[in-house]
Amino acid sequence: MPTSLNINGQTHMVDVPDGTPLLWVIRDELKLTGTKFGCGVAACGACTVHVDGEPVRSCQTYVEDVEGTEITTIEGVASEVASAVKQAWNELNVVQCGYCQSGQIMSAIGLLSENRTPTVDEIENYMWSNVCRCATYQRIRTAVQRASEILEA
Amino acid sequence: MTTQISRRNFLKSVSALSGAALVVGFDTGNALASTGNAAEFTPFVRITTDGRVTALIKHFECGQGTATGLATLIAEELNLPLDQVEIEFAPADAARYRNLLFGSIQGTGGSTAMANSYMQYRQAGAAAREMLVAAAAEAWGVPANSVALADGQLTADGNTAQIGDFVASASAQDVPATPRLKDPSEFSVIGNPDTRRRDNVPKTNGSAIYAMDLHLENQIVAVILRSPRFGGTLASFDDNAAVDVPGFIRATALPTGAGVLVYGMNTWAALQARDAIVAEWDFSQAENRGSDQIKADLLAAVNADAEFDAKGSAAETAELLNGAAQIIERDFFFPYLATATMEPLTCTIAPTETGVMLYDGCQSPTGAQMALAAVLQIPQENIEITTLYAGGTFGRRSTQTADYQVEAALAFALNGGQQPVKLVWSREDDIRGGYYRPAVAHKVRVGLDEGGRIVGWDHRVTGKPIFKGGPFDAFVVKNGVDSSSVEGVHDTPYDIPGQYVGLTDHRSPITVNWWRSVGHTHTAYVMETMMDMAAAAVGRDPVEYRMEYLNGGTADQVRMAGVLRLAAEKSDWNGPVVEGRSRGVAVHKSFGTFVAEVFEISGDAEDGVVIERVTCAVDCGVPVNPDVIAAQMESGIGYGIGHVMRNEITFTDGEVDQFNFPDYESLRISDIRAIETHIVNSTEPPTGVGEPSTPPSGPALANAIAVTGPRVTQLPMAANGVRFF
Ligand code: FES
Ligand code: FES
Repeated sequence: MPTSLNINGQTHMVDVPDGTPLLWVIRDELKLTGTKFGCGVAACGACTVHVDGEPVRSCQTYVEDVEGTEITTIEGVASEVASAVKQAWNELNVVQCGYCQSGQIMSAIGLLSENRTPTVDEIENYMWSNVCRCATYQRIRTAVQRASEILEA
Repeated sequence: MTTQISRRNFLKSVSALSGAALVVGFDTGNALASTGNAAEFTPFVRITTDGRVTALIKHFECGQGTATGLATLIAEELNLPLDQVEIEFAPADAARYRNLLFGSIQGTGGSTAMANSYMQYRQAGAAAREMLVAAAAEAWGVPANSVALADGQLTADGNTAQIGDFVASASAQDVPATPRLKDPSEFSVIGNPDTRRRDNVPKTNGSAIYAMDLHLENQIVAVILRSPRFGGTLASFDDNAAVDVPGFIRATALPTGAGVLVYGMNTWAALQARDAIVAEWDFSQAENRGSDQIKADLLAAVNADAEFDAKGSAAETAELLNGAAQIIERDFFFPYLATATMEPLTCTIAPTETGVMLYDGCQSPTGAQMALAAVLQIPQENIEITTLYAGGTFGRRSTQTADYQVEAALAFALNGGQQPVKLVWSREDDIRGGYYRPAVAHKVRVGLDEGGRIVGWDHRVTGKPIFKGGPFDAFVVKNGVDSSSVEGVHDTPYDIPGQYVGLTDHRSPITVNWWRSVGHTHTAYVMETMMDMAAAAVGRDPVEYRMEYLNGGTADQVRMAGVLRLAAEKSDWNGPVVEGRSRGVAVHKSFGTFVAEVFEISGDAEDGVVIERVTCAVDCGVPVNPDVIAAQMESGIGYGIGHVMRNEITFTDGEVDQFNFPDYESLRISDIRAIETHIVNSTEPPTGVGEPSTPPSGPALANAIAVTGPRVTQLPMAANGVRFF
């Protein structure tokens, strides 16, 4: 039976078995490939999307559990916070290979949406489970602070 | 912002663009050339009538910043802001886009991208500049030296035009054989710390396309169930349960015996189906040892006579050590390490009219073409490659067997060769799949005289060689010595009297590869720990002590001492240390680049260590993109230190014990509080920055820990007595 998903403001009918991770529906069915596959076991954060505004790991979120929610991916995220985060990421040249960065950005938007002036400890706690194998962490930390500054200006 | 086009279309477009664009590059004799006969001309920069400037990038982009770096060279010589130069990956074609430091092949590695491209891209940009200027001078009837070109505008004597207006007439100008390259004093883009990476935007809005993101029409996905032990072969398999998985297509044994190929309609279907397959294996030729045994075998080998002499004579050094006032000695052990690139390995092969197209974050295009030609039995020139962004490599996307590209070719051929097949590795495949940094042991005995000076240095190494028996054997292996096993020891810039270096090969079916910084991953750790121990044994300052072995006046020593002094100064090495903190230092040369690092830590091994501050000094010749250099220093330090702290691949009865990130724990945002990078303002030709900050990071941390705690000589630290917060 097809599942109805609201992704980036659009309704998609997808015909996949229950138990299919949202990640693979987004990537392989809907071809929204900005959301990445890094580990499949909720241990890296590369697959982070927002469900009703909250960051979740789409590789461990099952399609039947998100019917009726509002799902946002990196391609669709748009808000004052999102543009501040992207601006800060650009100013600080955060990206390297870039493969983790959709997830980093979705997490950073989640953090700044609930707390516009996080301390360094709060940034590190919130972002801790987003892995970056290129080790861009120092710039991520600074970019979150910079985005906070942009929002507060 | 980036596009990729096939070689065939690319060459067509080069011809078609004659007149509509100024395209500058080189001919087959390496002379500067412009749009001409496409067969004999290799484009490096293209300027179209709309004024768009595009740099053709002959290397792949795995995060190291090469695309931005090469665009910088073009921007500089054309007097353009960097953000006005677009990047486009060049096709796979070694005759045109070879790595000048790799002989006749195209590829990226050994931190050579900038080093081999620096003059090429500048010359192409400078020739384009002179041709535009000549065209404007001709049109306006003014001398060429009165025409100025800046920000995409040509001006002279009240005349103004956009560069796009002159591309047609510029194409008709003679190509200067030796255009004037800008003097470094005129640089405004090269060396500018305030530039943006050219891939920032697509990598922050989800639009950058990696090989994992490719969805071709009619494509299916293949995954492989591989032997759980290296060297095992498939005996039989049962796919009855897989039949119930929706989207499962078929499973078939690989003709190589390496495993079961599983096809699915999509990634999830293929992964689920693979989980449902049960296989039996033949382990008679496999690696069946556990890691305790492997470690014991390696340590036994370095405590015996070496198989090959890499430098000096064991007997002469033994004599010198006999006369020493004191001897410091230590065994070292380094475990196998996975690279764990953020994007798991993947590539897609699709049929074309005459052969195939490989879609890949391709690090070694020529190697992949040769391997695919052999597997698919089609001529190498009919294997085209579309290079996509790579989600990290750290060496893994280039192997001497082109392992994952060959797997994809087999999956493509065994499916009939008519349909695009995407080969996907899961994270578990990646962690358990080999091509590791080899496990290595060292044994070092250093003799000191009464005054604390080194009088002899006996250094033995063992590990599985990376190059021996492979396609580069002849270049790298001399008298049995695979130099990648001893690089950084036998060729150290330190003046070490009486040095003997011996090497013993370790034999195992476990596959190994050139993990970020290759042999330097372990040799720097050993050299810099021993130097520190020698200084400590005679109560000397570690920086001062090292300096004594760097005052022989060679160019390498001057540069190595330069970064050591800079790191010491910037870290306030001679200043007071905050209570509860310790500092450690290390310096190393690799890939032509010199890096010194000072680690300042708080806490100790027993109660927990926090890395408070890392001060890094680098001399990589002319700093082309200072911020990219700083980013690579941060990256290499983080990558190196994360593995030194926590990572190892271990085995039980030949099977890898780790599966995924939960048991191959990555560096995290809270692990290093601050890194600052200081770049020597050198005028030497630029050298690489992707790897050289990794080697000194481990020993600098170890030396800081040793100030109040143990000398850690077996890695990873967390499994050998060091707690981290
Ligand atoms: S892919 Fe979902 S957390 Fe790693
Ligand atoms: S930028 Fe490469 S993994 Fe984060």
